[in-house]
Amino acid sequence: MTVQITKGVADVPIAATPSPAGKSRRSVFIRRPFFTASLLIAAAYVLAAIFAPYVAPFDPVKQDFNVMMKAPSVVHWLGTDSYGQDILSRVIFGARYALIIGIFSVMIGAVGGLIIGLAAGLSGGWAEWGLMRLIDAILALPSLILAVAFIAILGQGVDKVVIAVGLSMIGPFARTVRSDVMQVRVQLFIEAAQLMSISYLRVVLRHVLPNVIFPLAVQVTIRVSEAILVSSSLSFLGIGVTPPTPDWGLMIAEGRDFVSFAPWMSAMPGFALALLLIALSIVGDGVREEFDPKLRRDS
Amino acid sequence: MIAQTLSETKAPASEQPIFELIEVEQVFEVPKPGRSLFSRETVGLRALDGVRLTVRKGTSLAVVGESGSGKSTLLRVLLGLDRPTGGRALYHSKPILEGRASGIAFARDVAMVYQDARGSLDPRMTIGALIAEPLRHFDIVPRQDEAARVAQLLDRVGLPADAADRYPSGLSGGQVRRVAIARALASEPSVLVADEAVSGLDVSTQAQLLILLQSLQRDMGLTLIFITHDLGVASFLCEEIAIMYLGRIVETGPTDAVLGAPSHPYSAALRAAAPQFFEPLSEPLPGEIPSPLNLPAGCRFSTRCPKAQDDCRLKDPQLGKLGPQRAVACLHPLQPQ
Ligand SMILES: Nc1ncnc2c1ncn2[C@@H]1O[C@H](COP(=O)(O)OP(=O)(O)O)[C@@H](O)[C@H]1O
Ligand code: SF4
Ligand SMILES: [Mg+2]
Repeated sequence: MTVQITKGVADVPIAATPSPAGKSRRSVFIRRPFFTASLLIAAAYVLAAIFAPYVAPFDPVKQDFNVMMKAPSVVHWLGTDSYGQDILSRVIFGARYALIIGIFSVMIGAVGGLIIGLAAGLSGGWAEWGLMRLIDAILALPSLILAVAFIAILGQGVDKVVIAVGLSMIGPFARTVRSDVMQVRVQLFIEAAQLMSISYLRVVLRHVLPNVIFPLAVQVTIRVSEAILVSSSLSFLGIGVTPPTPDWGLMIAEGRDFVSFAPWMSAMPGFALALLLIALSIVGDGVREEFDPKLRRDS
Repeated sequence: MIAQTLSETKAPASEQPIFELIEVEQVFEVPKPGRSLFSRETVGLRALDGVRLTVRKGTSLAVVGESGSGKSTLLRVLLGLDRPTGGRALYHSKPILEGRASGIAFARDVAMVYQDARGSLDPRMTIGALIAEPLRHFDIVPRQDEAARVAQLLDRVGLPADAADRYPSGLSGGQVRRVAIARALASEPSVLVADEAVSGLDVSTQAQLLILLQSLQRDMGLTLIFITHDLGVASFLCEEIAIMYLGRIVETGPTDAVLGAPSHPYSAALRAAAPQFFEPLSEPLPGEIPSPLNLPAGCRFSTRCPKAQDDCRLKDPQLGKLGPQRAVACLHPLQPQ
């Protein structure tokens, strides 16, 4: 009897409002036009990277001394460089290097940062203090300087750039993971889990990690662009990937000497780089705002 | 009905208490007020001081007291989260901490509803997953029956089955408390402990939750320990009441008897300050509550007690029997008119 009374007067029926997940999935692309456009642009880069050999009109490293430094034309849409290489083809293949370096180096940074940040956030005491001083020391340097230092140790090449940029990103990842862990571990739902006699390991796996992984995943999408920028900078400085690899940073550097009479040499890869960075950061912001249950409000 | 599946029998109040607190003391070492920057001096804060309490099976007990009187500290001792610095805290005649340390049976039997129900739910889990967690952890039902049991529990607390797919952020304050109650019931506990489980809600939501808790307690034979600062909530929901003042339980007994004719001057003052039930306690008495860092000599209430006499500043009265069902910690208890 009492059961029915309670049910009869239950507050606002839950079914009345549409489920939040369904709602955002349906209309996010309409509600966020910039996000949608950026997502499409980023997708185009990914496709270009994957299918580079099929979409690129020329071999990106084929030198043709008959067509050196030609302005954009019907044959060479974005012009040619000082070796007569087709810039459009090099830009398309450049997407490959940019994305591979960006994604893999961020993975190194994220995994390393997760391990160190988790250890620091959970251990407390001297272990935490030591780890954090280490991270602070590393963070005192901008990631580009750090990456330069690692390159000096490792040497040049795509794989070396991935490792150097990845290592240089561990610090910031570790720091955000640690601060998230510290925030989560004092939450009431952690105590509630301990009250249920759920083991420490399970509490970490089921309640701490998921609450840390999500912000980390958002960080990853945002930091891919930073990694691409740093790796391009390394190449621009001539200490990243080696010529004739079609890397945007390298291409910008090569065009630098001819910028007054063949500005497309630097401008085209520069534009490709800038557009990707902008698109990625808008996508990252959108993902964070849209899919974080903490930020999400129904109604 | 789920009520039957969740509880085998409505056990009569037995003599063997579930919880027994004997002279329990909880002293926190806190920085000495006004100590210098580099000093490590501490002083003892007596959050619990000589607490005597017996919780019988199947009863419903309200713990009432002003903010800072030690209610939450008492709760943490009962739940085995903190080790008391003195006295004995027993669960079925064994130390509570021993009970908690020896497997998951204690955690299964004693469930908790937090005051901050929203904070007690992992925001990244759906309601369904949150309720399934204790089902799985305590191995209550086989996996294939899990969804059905979640729906059953949601129904029992007056929520529709489709609430299972939502996140806590999508629910109202009242709904979130219902989820917290459903989660607590999932382990089929015999004791439900609730800290201010209905405070901070509007009156009608409060009333719905109180009716729900009352029906749960009756149908499932739950032992209910309910912390509140609202005498109306206490008298509606709980057979028994324990009134706390500055870390000690100063009066216990059947709620109606205690509120109808208080024996302790503090209980009388509380009662007089709440002529209208279901209103939060206003400042009940003139005068400051003394600091638990520096308890008054003699009776802890003597600084504010209208009935205080000379001996009240010399002797510290412990909770002592007053008739068959009641107990009071006062040298000069009030006589029923
Ligand atoms: N962990 C702690 N450390 C130091 N002092 C505490 C701690 N927990 C509670 N106290 C103190 O103990 C007293 C009782 O607190 P509490 O049990 O929270 O009271 P209530 O729940 O009745 O408001 C307060 O003076 C509070 O400041
Ligand atoms: S012992 Fe004395 S001071 Fe304390 S409550 Fe009783 S009458 Fe008041
Ligand atoms: Mg409290």
